[in-house]
Amino acid sequence: MTRWLSEPLLAVDHLSMRFGGLVAVDDFSFVAGRGDITALIGPNGAGKTTVFNCITGFYKPTIGRIALARSGKIEATGVEALTRSGRRSAVSQTCDLYLLERMPGHEIARSARVGRTFQNIRLFQGMTVLENLIVAQHNELMRASLMTVGGLIGLPSYSQAEKLALDKAANWLERIGLLDRADDAAGALPYGDQRRLEIARAMCADPVLLCLDEPAAGLNPRESGELNDLLLSIRDKDRVSILLIEHDMSVVMKISDHVVVLDYGRRIADGAPVQVREDPAVIAAYLGVADAGETKASVGGGQ
Amino acid sequence: MDLRQETGGGLWEALRDAGAAALVTAGLSFPILALRTVENLDNKLELEQRWPLMFGAAMLVFFGRLAARVPGAGVAARWIVFVCAAFAAIYLVIDAWGMDADFPAPELVALAVALAAMVGLWLTAPFAATSALARKQQGARAFLGARSRHMEFAGVFALFAFPLLALWLLGPQGSLKWINNYGVQILIYVMLGWGLNIVVGLAGLLDLGYVAFYAVGAYTYALLSTVFGLSFWICLPLAGLFAAFWGVLLGIPVLRLRGDYLAIVTLGFGEIIRVVLINWTDLTNGYAGISSIPRITFFGIPFIDDDETGFAARFGLEFSPIHRTIFLFYLILCLALLTNAATLRLRRLPIGRAWEALREDEIACRSLGVDTVSTKLTAFALGAMFAGFAGAFFAVRQNFVSPESFTFGESATILAIVVLGGMGSQLGVAAAAVALIGGMEILRELDILKQVFGESFDPAQYRMLVFGLAMVVMMIWKPRGVVSSRAPSIYLRSRAAISGEHVGEGRG
Repeated sequence: MTRWLSEPLLAVDHLSMRFGGLVAVDDFSFVAGRGDITALIGPNGAGKTTVFNCITGFYKPTIGRIALARSGKIEATGVEALTRSGRRSAVSQTCDLYLLERMPGHEIARSARVGRTFQNIRLFQGMTVLENLIVAQHNELMRASLMTVGGLIGLPSYSQAEKLALDKAANWLERIGLLDRADDAAGALPYGDQRRLEIARAMCADPVLLCLDEPAAGLNPRESGELNDLLLSIRDKDRVSILLIEHDMSVVMKISDHVVVLDYGRRIADGAPVQVREDPAVIAAYLGVADAGETKASVGGGQ
Repeated sequence: MDLRQETGGGLWEALRDAGAAALVTAGLSFPILALRTVENLDNKLELEQRWPLMFGAAMLVFFGRLAARVPGAGVAARWIVFVCAAFAAIYLVIDAWGMDADFPAPELVALAVALAAMVGLWLTAPFAATSALARKQQGARAFLGARSRHMEFAGVFALFAFPLLALWLLGPQGSLKWINNYGVQILIYVMLGWGLNIVVGLAGLLDLGYVAFYAVGAYTYALLSTVFGLSFWICLPLAGLFAAFWGVLLGIPVLRLRGDYLAIVTLGFGEIIRVVLINWTDLTNGYAGISSIPRITFFGIPFIDDDETGFAARFGLEFSPIHRTIFLFYLILCLALLTNAATLRLRRLPIGRAWEALREDEIACRSLGVDTVSTKLTAFALGAMFAGFAGAFFAVRQNFVSPESFTFGESATILAIVVLGGMGSQLGVAAAAVALIGGMEILRELDILKQVFGESFDPAQYRMLVFGLAMVVMMIWKPRGVVSSRAPSIYLRSRAAISGEHVGEGRG
């Protein structure tokens, strides 16, 4: 049995998102496995980013359930019980379960530990590279500073926590090769470095699931290769699961363990990369249909 | 701004050029400034001769041109020379009219100032040239490096010495204006500017109703002291607390709004507070305001002319009202420094970094788990608290408050100080407060303008015009304020300022 079915971390059930009359995501379900790199692909306008925004709390889905297990694995009975209880989360010995559609955005990042990056890079441009990584550890440092009061009077436990935060940031800077630029403005970095910095910033918040929205967009082949290595090391070394939107098929096919294909807001394929690549519906969605009668009519007219 | 390349020549070239420009000015101003027809008592026209005015104008142009063209000087040095020369020229003109004949040999003073400025320029020219080069190479890095801790201490020491120095040099009568109009008045706005800087400069929330919290603070002290007889030292923290409370109360519903919407709602809130103060006559006495608010005491010892209990008598001094003013000066100085210290410290804590991150990108903040609503609320409450302190000080200084003092114009002035100073920069905001408020006071006293525009001219009436013009010019030349660079709150290897072009302005 494949990992995403045997050890799911995220389960999206019957997700629909409507904007007025427009149906961006239509009854979409999938699961992502713990320790997997799951790629969400599809033509432009397929609804990938909308799914991301629902998972990370920037949109409230019109219909649907998004369950995430911070630890342990998702069991249907546990999810049902939590859904009926009306609460947001349930912590048990086997599983820390969260229902993301019930939580505001910052809570999803803080409690359920879902990190994300953005399609158009959203760094704190006027702050230094280091500050970007320190802000990512905001909640931890806030606790250490006793909600600012302890920090104001200069508690030693706070300076200790700050030192740890600095170490963590420096460690990440070394991994993405930006240690020398730690004190430069983030906005002054070249594009490729900004992409990697945004990933490092999301990682500094200690996520269990990292959602990356087109991390390879605009990168040259060398940078793209470095990105692959970084993502693989995040999966293998940090044991953080990754959910990835990507157009660059070389990245998707090389590193992902599981591919979900979305077109017109619906799931048209789901499986291992090799499987998906051969799927006629996927080929139709990406390349258009030579003969409309050959594949499902609903897929026709893609790019 | 290095003009050396275009001018090419040396000092002699610059002098000749400036001389020519001065001659042209003299020629042009001869019919306009030097000669004037006035009606005498017999209704006949008479020619009035105003040579010093023409001479002053020519001198202004001469030194201005010289400052612009002298080789190898930095921008700052050029400005210093120009301002000194302008001062000298104005002084000369005033003296020629016999308006101020107390000083000996004023021509000498004027020339000495101008000469000293020239010599200073000449001496610092090589240094300025290299530092200009260094600035060019390293961007804004030179800025923070040049500002050492010693400079800060010297600045604070100079501020503490200022009233005593003024008293010593000018006596109790002469120094009152300097300590009160320039010292206390400017420091109030420095403090308000620093308080608003937390909200606008750091958190990036455009607040157009800041004066409301200032009013809350002022009325808190006014009412608590007149109704319940509480002392200033008890009312001061209460005023801050109440203002912060109102900040939170306003913040909860409106901080979900962003940008223009937030600005409009805060503007409305500022007006609401003022209108309530006007109409709730039972409590606030409406337009008439609250008068005879207890004056400040020296920790319980009143500043009165009394042989037994007064401050002067207790400390063996001769009674003078200046003592109270000096105490007020130190009080507002300490309050302003407290605001500054708190802001600087908070910037280095997670909450301060979260404010700045919020200004840079609110959506990214949410994705990192920063609770944006509570972060905004703390910025709002803290800014309001410092306005509350300043308000209590305002009430105890004036010993009278009325809604007139808390109009939208005040909010606009404070916001202008923050924007002109450079959002988020403590030093820039202080400099802008000195320039704006001090500049307005100076303008009030520029009687020389009466000589140009006639006796009925009141320079104070044109303050807002000059103020507006200065704003427009600033926004064209330095749209991000006097100090546009940002100092990082934490660093790994070197603390280098971040150039303003990267720093966000906040969208609410």
